Amino acid sequence: MLRYAPHLAIAMLSGPIIFGLLATLLPAFGYFPALGGNEITARHFATLFAQPGLWRSAWISLSAGLITTLVSLALVMAFFAAWSNTRFFARVQHLVSPLLSIPHAAAAFGFAFMIAPSGWIMRLISPELTGMTRPPDVQILNDPWAFAMMAGLVIKEIPFLFLVMLAALPQVRPLAHQKVATGLGYGRMAGFLLVLGPPLYRQMRLAVFAVIAYASSVVDVALILGPTNPAPLAVRLVDWMNDPDLTRRFMASAGAVLQFLLTGMALLIWLMLERLSGVVMKRLAASGRRYSKDRAARLAAGSAMMLAAGLVLAGLGVLAIWSFAGYWAFPDALPSSWTMKTWSRHLDAVGAPLAVTIEIALAATLIAVIVTLACLERETRLGDGGGSRALGILYLPLLVPQPAFLFGLQMLFLAAGLSGWFWAVVMVHLVFVLPYVFLSLSDPWRALDERYAKLAASLGAPVNRIFWRIRLPMLLRAILAAAAIGFAVSIGQYLPTLLIGAGRWPTLTTEAVGLASGGDRRVIGVYAFLQMALPFAGFLIATLVPALLFAKRKGMKIG
Amino acid sequence: MSKKAERAPTATGGSLCFHDVSIELAGRRLIDLDTCIGPGEVLTVMGPSGCGKSSLLAYVAGFLDPVFKVAGSVTLDGSDITGLPAEARRVGLLFQDALLFPHMSVGGNLAFALPHDPAMNAATRKTRIGEALEEAGLSGMADRDPATLSGGQQSRVALMRVLLAQPSALLLDEPFSKLDSELRQQIRDFVFAEAKSRQLPVLLVTHDPADAAAASGRVIELTG
Repeated sequence: MLRYAPHLAIAMLSGPIIFGLLATLLPAFGYFPALGGNEITARHFATLFAQPGLWRSAWISLSAGLITTLVSLALVMAFFAAWSNTRFFARVQHLVSPLLSIPHAAAAFGFAFMIAPSGWIMRLISPELTGMTRPPDVQILNDPWAFAMMAGLVIKEIPFLFLVMLAALPQVRPLAHQKVATGLGYGRMAGFLLVLGPPLYRQMRLAVFAVIAYASSVVDVALILGPTNPAPLAVRLVDWMNDPDLTRRFMASAGAVLQFLLTGMALLIWLMLERLSGVVMKRLAASGRRYSKDRAARLAAGSAMMLAAGLVLAGLGVLAIWSFAGYWAFPDALPSSWTMKTWSRHLDAVGAPLAVTIEIALAATLIAVIVTLACLERETRLGDGGGSRALGILYLPLLVPQPAFLFGLQMLFLAAGLSGWFWAVVMVHLVFVLPYVFLSLSDPWRALDERYAKLAASLGAPVNRIFWRIRLPMLLRAILAAAAIGFAVSIGQYLPTLLIGAGRWPTLTTEAVGLASGGDRRVIGVYAFLQMALPFAGFLIATLVPALLFAKRKGMKIG
Repeated sequence: MSKKAERAPTATGGSLCFHDVSIELAGRRLIDLDTCIGPGEVLTVMGPSGCGKSSLLAYVAGFLDPVFKVAGSVTLDGSDITGLPAEARRVGLLFQDALLFPHMSVGGNLAFALPHDPAMNAATRKTRIGEALEEAGLSGMADRDPATLSGGQQSRVALMRVLLAQPSALLLDEPFSKLDSELRQQIRDFVFAEAKSRQLPVLLVTHDPADAAAASGRVIELTG
């Protein structure tokens, strides 16, 4: 059984993607007998290209993918260069890390509540600074250039890239190199960027690609913050896919192929940018300039990071406030009355999606943890690494734009009569949950001193006993932490739940995003608040359980 | 047949014998050994790090990485253990760190080592563990958290844990090198005395000449 664990994991990750992509390709070219498509034709592409504003939609998606990634990576890199290995850095790290677990939709709502014309920032500075007593008549959210959407994506991708860079940092031996660079008279930031920047970037390249793929095909954040006329490509695809007129699915599939190519093109452009910046970095490094006066740049990098993290955190706070707000007139900074009415009125309605969210997340997380443990245990028993080879597969679900394979997958389930099947939803969630669980558990697993297991074996313990009595309890903290991350990832899934669940499994995320167009801030506050509270509850349990179990074991404190 | 039934007989007092054992890594011969360690005898293997002395221990214990090329066989108390899995070999291991399982109590660590025996009930097992602790001068410490023990106490618990598993030989991998000099002497005497009283053959790997002198047995020098 254990022997085949990696095969199972690879099948779980690549199966839905490969079959999904194929099943997207066929209807795109007109072949899908269940919907009456029996001939191969390019007609649906012609229909697609004739849609008004299509190229503008595609352009928004492409530029959003690239600009979002560029800005978030530059901010994170600059912050690391300016502040790594300082106390300020450690503080910001504690501030930023928990933000990773917040669903994109919740963060986007919080951001919208901050920056909208009648948002919290405007309320804070009005009327004192602006003199305004009613919200200004400007379009900030859903602007046609997608600035709000990109900004919302940037503040949510920063925690991701931050943590990836943090994990990669020790592998480039930062302290030794930085000492050499500063010893030669280089400024702190220049020394870091020129010496550590390139190897550090190489370590986290796949994660950066994942951000490009995500930002160029995002749906939920685009629905909340993105332009509407025309909307980004992925949003329009989902509209067509959900059209009551089933024949529009041919065009939607053709559009999903376009989305696939578009994300591929964004990645290609990024590869060219990589080349270019490589040349520039070499020139800069060879020029001998020291850039030793970087105080202003350091302050700017620190402020930008604080602002990004602060916007997310404050946004979450405002979400919570709205859910308890009674009368709240503009430009008051706080509601003039507080009430439980919104909560009590929606408690019944929120119960079902809350339960569904937890069920799906628990099922997907449990399976992901078991499969991950089986893979790692097999690796330990057979003593073969295979780590680097498997890594590419783990990133596969994060590199393929979601609509490109989810559309096909939905059609497959439809054809097989499994549309809206609970375990089908769990299966697609697993595609995204498994990589995160595996990536977060494999490092602590491999770091466990192997002499404990050898010792246990020499004491006469067979391999199974070593797993259950030694490795599992010693790694319990890491296992639960990985499970909490998987749980959070599942909660945040929008498109997989919507498409594969065929509307039969409403979750907090699908319901919250569905409320976006209505604009009732109090109700959105309730859903988005629960959306962020649930992952937090997961992390709380993951911290408390080992702390209680091993309360009397000092050696288990730092896991 | 269960793993337990496959295990070698429990009697102590046999010899640990190497029959034309050779270990090679990438065409380089690290170890050539053809000798027996008698009951209660200590054979010391000395040499600089990287000379292959630790791979000799790994080979006897059953953990040698397959990149090493090995020939020959090892017998313990007359039966060949070369093909047995690590858990069936009945060789006790001590490392430079005590490596007490941090999630178990001191008593839990010892109970993990004490083999299951249908004839022994929970109370008897508890008594056995209490006796072992007493022998190590640690009476009444069964419920303690191993992390709260001093370095010397941890070393003694580690030895009692190995002995409770009723090994037929002891393999010591620089077990005293992390202790301060006064404690080192004390633990060294304790380990050798316990091994002698149980008539266990001991293979000691070290780079410290004082260890070899204290073992007062044969010494093999590896040059690497």
